[in-house]
Amino acid sequence: MTSKGTLVSALQTRRQEILATWLAQLEHVSASSKGRLSAKDLGKQADEFLNILASTAQTHGTDDAGAEGWQAVREFLEDLSRQRVLAGFSSDETATFIFSLKRPLFDALGQVCSDSADDLAKELWITTELLDKLGLHTVKTFQASREEVIGRQQTELLELSTPVVKLWDGILALPMIGTLDSARTQIVMESLLQKIVETEAQIAIIDITGVPTVDTLVAQHLLKTVTAIRLMGADCIISGVRPQIAQTIVHLGVDLQGVTTKANLADALALSLKRNGISFVKH
Amino acid sequence: MDRIPILRMGEFLLVTIQVDMHDQLALQLQDDLTRAIDKNGAKGVLIDISALGMVDSFIGRMIADISGMARILDAKTVLVGMQPAVAITLVELGLSLPGVATALNVERGMGLLRQALAESGDDDNFIKR
Repeated sequence: MTSKGTLVSALQTRRQEILATWLAQLEHVSASSKGRLSAKDLGKQADEFLNILASTAQTHGTDDAGAEGWQAVREFLEDLSRQRVLAGFSSDETATFIFSLKRPLFDALGQVCSDSADDLAKELWITTELLDKLGLHTVKTFQASREEVIGRQQTELLELSTPVVKLWDGILALPMIGTLDSARTQIVMESLLQKIVETEAQIAIIDITGVPTVDTLVAQHLLKTVTAIRLMGADCIISGVRPQIAQTIVHLGVDLQGVTTKANLADALALSLKRNGISFVKH
Repeated sequence: MDRIPILRMGEFLLVTIQVDMHDQLALQLQDDLTRAIDKNGAKGVLIDISALGMVDSFIGRMIADISGMARILDAKTVLVGMQPAVAITLVELGLSLPGVATALNVERGMGLLRQALAESGDDDNFIKR
């Protein structure tokens, strides 16, 4: 008997039995995921997967789950893991969907190959290999989907966290919040410079009140931004330097000479207004 | 061979770079500009690079060089209209152009030159008296 035949016939003749055991298994291991996926939906998914698995195994053989013919099965699993990412499942909960099929399939194979231990061993090995591959593929897609979600959130965060505000005619302010890394500084720098071109502002204030720590790298990024602003023909003031950060900057030996720094945004605004020749009179 | 035009506006020279610079063009400009400063006795040079979208280290250094040469010839250089991408590139290349005055547009650049001239103009008055 060929290896192709045994698994397929087991899948076909003992389908109901396999499905029932599998569902019981799934029910047992995924007790924690209750509420996120109803038993009915789970049953439907399991039923559908068995259908696709049986038909694919019959037409394309069970030797290689990475082969062209197994595309349909892989796509089904990709969809499934994507849905599970969005529903908030963990990776092991998702992988269990495939791995818990092992036991019912082994039981069924054991009954089909009851007469030969050698055949059974061979069949078990083929099935294990197949399910492992499918399971790994599921986990891989799960990770990829999750990383996609994280990546999207990161971009959204970047867009949210770099607003350039106009304080006065010709005065822009950039309140920075959160840790500065190279990628963020790059975006901050670009959006600020672009805004300077658009509004023809003479003075840009970078407020670092919301930056928790300043290390040499952050200081270097700040200096680069200041230099770029100067090259474009505008002035730059750094405000919101907390005492702790002033100490750190001096201890690090970062040279901030030539950069105007102010303790808070109000002082920086007052200086900018003065430079632009605007003064207020209190009545 | 094409050249970058140098326009005279009173005591100042106006250079507008409208094309992407290549090395030969940059060297030619350096040569032309120093001659023009000498010939016209210019007190200020305004270089408008608002149409320049791309720089390399050579062009960056050339801008710094021109400014240095002009200073020796007693003319102040103001660089105006630098694009954000160009500014970022120059900073990343480590060319922060110290000593080069910058302004956002031609109008403000002219203002800077006039102001600089007015400040140094006292000497001339002193000689006349």
